[in-house]
Amino acid sequence: MSRRYAFPHVGWMAVFVVVPLVLIVGFSLTSADGGVTLDNFSDMMKYAPVFGRSLWLSLISTAICLMIGYPLAYVMSREKPAVAAAALMLLMLPMWMNFLLRTYAWMSILENSGFLNQLLNVFRLPNVHIINTEAAVVLGMVYNYLPFMTLPIHTVLHKMDKSMMEAAGDLGANSAKTFMRVVLPISVPGVISGITMVFVPGVSTFIISRLLGGGKTLMLGDLIEMQFTGNAYNPYLGAAISLVMMVIVLLSMSVMNRFGDGGESAVVL
Amino acid sequence: MSKDLIRLVDCVMVFDDDVILNSINLTIKNQEFLTLLGPSGCGKTTTLRIIGGFETPTSGDVFFDGVRINDVPPYKRRVNTVFQKYALFPHLNVYENVAFGLRIAKTREDEIKTRVNDSLALVGLLGYEKRRVHQLSGGQQQRVAIARAVVNRPQVLLLDEPLGALDLKLRKEMQAELKAIQKQVGITFIYVTHDQEEALTMSDTVVVMNNGEILQIGTPQDIYNEPINAFVADFIGESNIIDGVMIGDCDVEFSGRRFECVDRGFDKDEPVDVVIRPEDLTVGEGGGQLSGTVSSVTFKGVHYEMMVDSGGFSWMVHSTLSQPVGAAVSLSVKPFDIHIMRKGKTA
Ligand SMILES: Nc1ncnc2c1ncn2[C@@H]1O[C@H](COP(=O)(O)OP(=O)(O)OP(=O)(O)O)[C@@H](O)[C@H]1O
Ligand SMILES: [Mg+2]
Repeated sequence: MSRRYAFPHVGWMAVFVVVPLVLIVGFSLTSADGGVTLDNFSDMMKYAPVFGRSLWLSLISTAICLMIGYPLAYVMSREKPAVAAAALMLLMLPMWMNFLLRTYAWMSILENSGFLNQLLNVFRLPNVHIINTEAAVVLGMVYNYLPFMTLPIHTVLHKMDKSMMEAAGDLGANSAKTFMRVVLPISVPGVISGITMVFVPGVSTFIISRLLGGGKTLMLGDLIEMQFTGNAYNPYLGAAISLVMMVIVLLSMSVMNRFGDGGESAVVL
Repeated sequence: MSKDLIRLVDCVMVFDDDVILNSINLTIKNQEFLTLLGPSGCGKTTTLRIIGGFETPTSGDVFFDGVRINDVPPYKRRVNTVFQKYALFPHLNVYENVAFGLRIAKTREDEIKTRVNDSLALVGLLGYEKRRVHQLSGGQQQRVAIARAVVNRPQVLLLDEPLGALDLKLRKEMQAELKAIQKQVGITFIYVTHDQEEALTMSDTVVVMNNGEILQIGTPQDIYNEPINAFVADFIGESNIIDGVMIGDCDVEFSGRRFECVDRGFDKDEPVDVVIRPEDLTVGEGGGQLSGTVSSVTFKGVHYEMMVDSGGFSWMVHSTLSQPVGAAVSLSVKPFDIHIMRKGKTA
């Protein structure tokens, strides 16, 4: 019986996952004149710095999201239900606004004569130059991806039986030890999902880097987009880059999942 | 067993405007086996949590060895708890669960190994070291919870219905084991149970609670033989409780008849509860104090339980001899087996 009902799912997977994948692999092995080639992969070498930057910025953003998201989730999970629900709402609220709008808003905040510097002027503090730097890109990514880090961690912490903490206290653990030996290990699956959900889209980020990084901090997402829509039109190279990026992401995820003790860890897709 | 170890003084606990504990006064002696006994929701777990440090009483004081410990956090108390809901760590295997307290105390690795093994042996779970908690049955989890607390050799062990999930045979074995540890290591046990038989067989002192109040504190014999009111009598073992009126000293009327008893000091014509244990009623074939008809007979293993209807009241009788249903019988009771209790403090 379960077999029969799985059929729509299989059809869905075939049309929306397998076919695109096959197409991407096909494209990446095709040359501009239609022959089979590996040139797309060797051409990619000159974009090594872009790969490096994408991974690096994504890694930093993930780390910052974790540093902000974990304590946030921890505090929320210990609050009364009403307070926690309100905090959760505030965290989600920006996600319901259009992504482009949010990013443009950051642009006008961070501009040299933007809101932030005007505010600093009021207090007679020296101005800062953030727009068009990697810092601005990281900021934009952290802002956009923070909920994806916080929510899965909040979920595991919220579900965790609070009597675990009492038991640890009963056995002599102060609050620091209780956190290190009980709370943190139990929340690992949430941390892994969070990292996955920030790092994976982070690597392929585009737009944010262009709008806030001023085109100087080209990232993989921008590079791929350029191969399809820009004047550098080369879908074969674009497909090859996508493929390599996917492999890199899958590799980092499988390394991550090692820490999660296999079984109960995050879903990769 | 002489020094007072823990004292609760006028402890009141209020949750959301509900008074859960109403002025609890309790003294627990060093190395005593004290049992809190009472119906579900009467505040046993809450009392235990105050001693363990998980709740601070709304008012009143808790003393440990003469020092006020209201604000001392659990991890600084020389107390370990077997939680009613086990609270085992899901990310650790059985061995590491049991070793948790010893590791926090920075015990040497070889000592951890022997002590963990000893406690696992005690609860009959050797060979389960590598199992994850969720791979254990309820009763096995409960035994891990016992091992995890006992292994620390605390001065006081709080046990919240620690044997509730075990079958009768295993429960009896574990009762004996726990009693043995308590004697050998000299730990003070504060034990919570619903099971009055468990309370009577294991304890030095039994505390009967109801509705957030302590009704009676005493040795198992005291509680059983001299229950302070009809509620305690009913809760501790089975009882026939019938309304009666005191005619005078050692003279009570119930079931439309006067009986000789041994209680004095009641007002004349004071309404009272008369309590008679089922095993204290003797069934005869005539010539007794009451006559009635057998309405049911149940075999209970060691004895028969018969219900005898007499004058509108249904008496429960325990006897090794049975009578057929419908038989006309007589009942008699000895004066000192008639317990007279003041009306009032009943649930
Ligand atoms: N944190 C809490 N907030 C509100 N009410 C509570 C809380 N903890 C316990 N209570 C209430 O206090 C009363 C006593 O609870 P407690 O857990 O002490 O009972 P118990 O005697 O241990 O019962 P059981 O034998 O069923 O375990 C119950 O009515 C319960 O609903
Ligand atoms: Mg309880």
